[in-house]
Formats: sequence, structure tokens, C-alpha cells
Amino acid sequence: MAAEALKAERGTETEELFVGARLILKALEEQGVEVVFGYPGGAVLPIYDELFKQNSIRHVLVRHEQGAVHAAEGYARSTGKVGCVLVTSGPGATNAVTGLTDALMDSIPLVCLTGQVPTHLIGNDAFQEADTVGITRPCTKHNYLVRDVNQLAKVIHEAFYVARSGRPGPVVVDLPKDVCMAMGTYTTAPRGINRQQHKTYRPKTKPDSSAVAAAVALMAGAKRPLFYTGGGVINSGPKASALLRELVRLTGFPITSTLMGLGAYPASGDKWLGMLGMHGTYEANLAMHGCDVMINIGARFDDRITGNLKFFSPDSKKIHVDIDASSINKNVIVDIPVIGDCAAVLEEMIALWKAKRYEADQKALKAWLRQIAQWQGRDCLHYEQHGKIIKPQYAIQRLYELTKKRETYITTEVGQHQMWAAQFYRFEQPNHWLTSGGLGTMGYGLPAAVGVQMAHPDALVVDIAGEASIMMNIQELSTAVQYRLPVKVFIINNQYMGMVRQWQELLHGSRYSESYSEALPDFVKLAEAFGCVGMRVQDPAEMDDTIKEMISIKRPVVCDVVVDQKENCFPMIPSGKAHNEMILGTSEKTGKAITGEGLALV
Amino acid sequence: MAKKTASARGKTPAKPGAKAPAKRAVKAPEAQSSNLYEGMIPVARLKDKDTYRHVVSLLVDNEAGVLARVIGMIAGRGYNIESLTVAEVDRERQLSRINIATSGTHQIIEQVKAQLGRLVPVHVVRDLTDDGPSVARELALVKVAGVGDKRVEALRIGDIFRANVVDSSTQSFVFEVVGNTDKVDAFIELMKPLGLVEVSRTGVAAIARGAAGIDKK
Repeated sequence: MAAEALKAERGTETEELFVGARLILKALEEQGVEVVFGYPGGAVLPIYDELFKQNSIRHVLVRHEQGAVHAAEGYARSTGKVGCVLVTSGPGATNAVTGLTDALMDSIPLVCLTGQVPTHLIGNDAFQEADTVGITRPCTKHNYLVRDVNQLAKVIHEAFYVARSGRPGPVVVDLPKDVCMAMGTYTTAPRGINRQQHKTYRPKTKPDSSAVAAAVALMAGAKRPLFYTGGGVINSGPKASALLRELVRLTGFPITSTLMGLGAYPASGDKWLGMLGMHGTYEANLAMHGCDVMINIGARFDDRITGNLKFFSPDSKKIHVDIDASSINKNVIVDIPVIGDCAAVLEEMIALWKAKRYEADQKALKAWLRQIAQWQGRDCLHYEQHGKIIKPQYAIQRLYELTKKRETYITTEVGQHQMWAAQFYRFEQPNHWLTSGGLGTMGYGLPAAVGVQMAHPDALVVDIAGEASIMMNIQELSTAVQYRLPVKVFIINNQYMGMVRQWQELLHGSRYSESYSEALPDFVKLAEAFGCVGMRVQDPAEMDDTIKEMISIKRPVVCDVVVDQKENCFPMIPSGKAHNEMILGTSEKTGKAITGEGLALV
Repeated sequence: MAKKTASARGKTPAKPGAKAPAKRAVKAPEAQSSNLYEGMIPVARLKDKDTYRHVVSLLVDNEAGVLARVIGMIAGRGYNIESLTVAEVDRERQLSRINIATSGTHQIIEQVKAQLGRLVPVHVVRDLTDDGPSVARELALVKVAGVGDKRVEALRIGDIFRANVVDSSTQSFVFEVVGNTDKVDAFIELMKPLGLVEVSRTGVAAIARGAAGIDKK
């Protein structure tokens, strides 16, 4: 609609009209967006034109739309803000789907703006048309197709509200080109009390106090208690982590965490048992199996955590704190559900614990901690570095030792290196560990590192990668170079898709079907071709110097760490088994450990 | 069963007094008195492996794609839909009501409700089977073809079920039968030997008894 016609229709001269693309950017500015990760194309050209004309929002040009979404995830997870993505219609949107699904599984707040063909062409199989709203419906928290330019600003504000509220997640806003080019009026975001007045979506954040009271009373009577915390604590914000630390100190209960929750409680804390789950520590998993009161805070009883549900923590009463009611009683039936934001719940728990002057049963707790210490004595992460071949664990452990005193963010790809990173890199702070937990997306780490480095230009950002995973989004090295982002890609190179090879060894008679990485590139030359610095280390004696050099270079670096090809990731709960049936190393009869139903599980 | 429903139907309009519904409205929260707090469901109930049929009603924004969202979530998570009805119920507020007849264990039903509840355009989720008494009705158009005794018998049974004949030819009837699902099932079963040709059913529309509306507790 022409501007004048619209003005005439509304009969007001005061309402200023803007072109749709400008309205979008105004809304993003109002939402506090500083960086957009994106890739242009025909359907979003009007938006890119407006981006060109302004200076308040920076745009990071990625090399593949999947990379844009992962970069926005990295940005969001390391800052606690909503990440923002801008991609074009058709292939731009479909390429973003993996990233969106990843963000949905890991509850990462994103707003992804996708271009769309003009409204009159929708449904006509137009060039670069895809049913983006249809395709992304199951892989987003919510999505919108904007058909009216006057709704643009309102919808974008709402998208940000939905993305960050309750259990966070990705939201897609599909923007037909004609809507972006039409003239319309701007709507400011609801403020103050109205902010919470979304007509339908008002997630509950404050818990029911009687539920908290029941939970705290159960905790106070526990003999063998255990905190089992997850990504919900991280998503809730730094306050939740601080409160968690206080509650652990107050109660004296031991604590373990999922992959997603690492850093909420410091790895140096005296009650820390390490990560739990399929590749978690012996002590954490046995404590889960043997506890009598389990306090789940912001975790979702994922199958990587529980192992065989039939034998999962058989003797415990379970408390489950979650902001999402649908997570409760989904996989594991719990005794006391507490629906609310982790920080709000923890705050009430602490207040109540103090007010009621509760105290843990010291005698029982001591015996329990003694039992746990005995399990810890097994030293389940033990490995031996000798000879001329670098053990992957050693590489990561040295990386940790040489970077722990800095502000360091670690991202990973997916596979063995990811699990070793989780086991051997010790996180002291929330928001410093970024990995694809739920979806398990190879290719996550490098673009995520780009997003982190954009948000934290002076921090050290290391992508602990595998040589197979890194190839999935290697093109983002080019992005890092363009924006002078000194990310470090630390490739644990065993020339195998290590986790696939490990499962083939354990489950499929060592028939390594298609898991050997043949025709690998020379990563040093590849790095140089991209304009990065390439390094390679093969000798354990040179490990430290290589890492130090890598850190000292203020440019993107690819460090190819040539490691033992045969090393497997242990401990491991074989699929279909219970926590107390974990295997600790190849010396045991691992080949026979996975049988029957377990073979069919993932 | 069918008779009981039919008589209940007859009574409701005859006694529109406020007393009976009010009594029921008080009763409903009592049924939930085992709920110590929100979200608390007894473990024994969740561990019950028997399946139950529930009718769940939703009030949703009447916007493009909302039905796809609901159906997609249910299909994507592998839940069962026995019937589903949807229609706009409030034009001014642009609200539609979706009634889903589903079956599953208590645990599954709770999951279905929780998953529906977190869809952004959903205003309200009510379990009409659990949250107090409700009435449910379904309409079916049933085509029966036949001549002679069978034709007479079909008409006679139609009468017993208070079915209306809405179309007739010399060799066929179309019956309109209204009632709860069991009644409609029973009628269709009886029509089978009498020349049942085809059936078109609306699925369940349901509403809670008493004065309270779906969006007010």
C-alpha cells in the first residue's frame, strides 16, 4: 500500500511511516540487538539495504546459514541475551533448520528472521520458496508469518518475548518480501507491567510454595541426598548458579550435573562429583543409583543421563524443579514436582531451609560422602600418557592447565572429543561451556566459537574439535578471518569418527564401516589457505609449547593435535544398561557388555 | 447405556435451575483434593499401566496454522487421537475451541496436556474427563440402504435411538444420530446387518457441567 493512501486511510499525519525493512531494524534495536548473524539473498535484500544504512546493529556474514544459527547460539549462551539470525527464503531457511532444532533441544533463546517470497507468490512454488513456517513448526518454540506491515514490529517484539521467557527457545519470523517493502507504522515494545501481558503465553516462574516446602522437608530428612543439576540452572542466569552454590554449601549435599549444566557448580567445589550420564564419572553415576533423595534442578532426565529407565535410581524419592511442566513426569515419574524458574525455586529453598533451621542428618551424610569417596578412589578417568603418542585426554588436560587462569570459553563439536572435554576441562563458571547436548550436532563448535568471540572479543575462545566434526562447518574459518576473531580450533585428530568407531568396536565386532576419515585435508595448509595460522603437534613433549604458542597468537589458529587412534572414551554406561553397570575401560569385556535390546538403542 | 444418555439429555433443558450446576461446581475441586499443589500427581496413578479415554478441550487463538501446531505436536510425539473437532467459538476474541478425544495411560495424558499447554497460541487446556463432570456429544450421519424388513427394522431402531431421518429414498435412509460416543457406536453397530453404507461423524464436542466457563477456574 502506498504511504499516502495508508495515511489517508488512517486519517492521521502524526503517525510516521517507515518501510517494512526499517521497521524490522527499529524493532531489533529496541530489543537491544547488537549483532545479527546472517547471509543475504533475494528475499531479504530490502532488510540488507536497511542494514547498510545504519550503524547500531553489526552484521556478521557467515558462510553457511547453519553456521549463522550456531553462531547466534554461541552468542546467546555466553551472554544470556537472545541471539539473532537473518537468512533468506528457501535454502536460507532450510539450511537454518539444523541450528534451530539444536537451539530447541538445548533451550537457547534465538530469533531467526527468514526471508519469504512476496505474499502473492506464497504457495505457487516460486523461486526460492519453501514453506518455512510449516518446516520449522516442530523445530521452533514458536513461529510467525507476517502478512501485514503494520504487524511487523509487534510480531518481532513478541518473538523476542517468547524466545526468552519461560523455557527459552528459537523463534522464527517469516518475512515476505512485499511486507518488508511496504510502508507501515512502528509499535514500541510493551513495557513495565504490560511486558508480562501476552494474551496467552505467560509461563509460570514463581513456584508453588507448598511444593517447595515439601521438597525442602524431603531434603532435610535425606540420608543419601544428591543434587542432579542441568542446563536449566545456566539458562536461568548467573544468579541461579550463585544460589545453587549457596544451597550446596548450606546443605552439604554432593552434586553432579549433566553435560549442559557444567559450570553452574564449580568443578573445584568440594561437593563436586563430576558429570553424570553415559560418559559421566563412576562416582556420579553410582551416587545417582544409590541416593535416597534426588534433587533434580533444571535437568530433564534425558536418556543419556538415565540409562535403562527400569533400573534408574530405584530407591530414591525424586524432586524435579523445572520451568517447563511438560518435562515433569515425561521420562521418569517424580515424587515432588516444582514448576518454576531455577533461581526463584533455589531462592525459596534457601530461605525455607534457613527459616526452618533444617540441618542435614550429619551422621548419615558423612557415611554417604565416605561411600562416594570410596567410589572416587576408583579414579575412573585414569589414563596413562607414555610413549611418543599423544593421548587425547592428555591434550585436553594440558589445554585446561594452560588456559584455566584466563577468561576462557570452550565450545565443542560432537563425539569422543566432546566427552573428553566435558571430563577433563574443569569449568568454574556458568556460560563458559558451549556444546550441542540434545541434538548432538557435529559442526556446532566452530560457528558457536565465532558467536562467543563476537560477544567477548578479549576472551580466549577454543573450539575443541574432532577432525571429522570440524569438516562439517569448516567454512566458518573464513568468517573468523573476516571479522578478525582469534578463535582457536583445537582438533583432536585420531583420523576416525571416534565415537562411531568406538560403538562399532563395542557393538559391531570392530567392523569399522565408513568411520575412517580417509582423504583428510592437511589442516595446517587448510588453515593457511583460509588466512588462519596452522599448527600441528605429534609429540607429547611438544604439547605444552604448542598450546602456549596457540594462545599467544592473536589470530584464528587451527591446531591439529595428532592423537592415539585407538583410544576409547570411558567410563561408559552401555546402551540399555543401568548406572551401576557402567564399564570403566577396555580391559573389561566391553564387547559383551552391550547385548539384546541395548543394540537397538542409540 | 444409550437410553441413559438419552434420558439425561432430556432432563437438562427441563430443569434449567441454577441449583444443580452450582452443586456440581463445588464438587469439582473436591475431586482434585488429592492435588497438594500444582503439578502434583500421585506416583501410583502415574505408574498405572492401564489406558483411559480422555476428552481434552483447548481454547486457542484462531490464527493460521494453529490446528497444524496441535496436530503436529500430537503426531510428532506419537500420541493417539481418536477424534478431534475444531471450530471458532468466539468471533470477537478470535478464539477457537479444539476438543481432542485421546487415550493413554495417566502419564501419557498428563504429557499430552502439558505439551499442549506450552504451545504459544493455546489459552487454556482442560481435561474434561478428570476435572469434574462434563457432557460430551457427537453427531453422526449414517447411511443405510435396504428394502423390506431390513428397512423397517432400521427405521425402528432409529426411533429407539432418537435418530432423525434427514434423507430418504425408496432404498435408503440417512440417519442423524446424536449422543455420546458409545451411543453412536452402538447405533452404527446395529445398522451393520441392516445395510450400513457409510458413516460421517463429527467427533466429540464436550463441555464441563456447571456454571463455570473453560477459561475461568
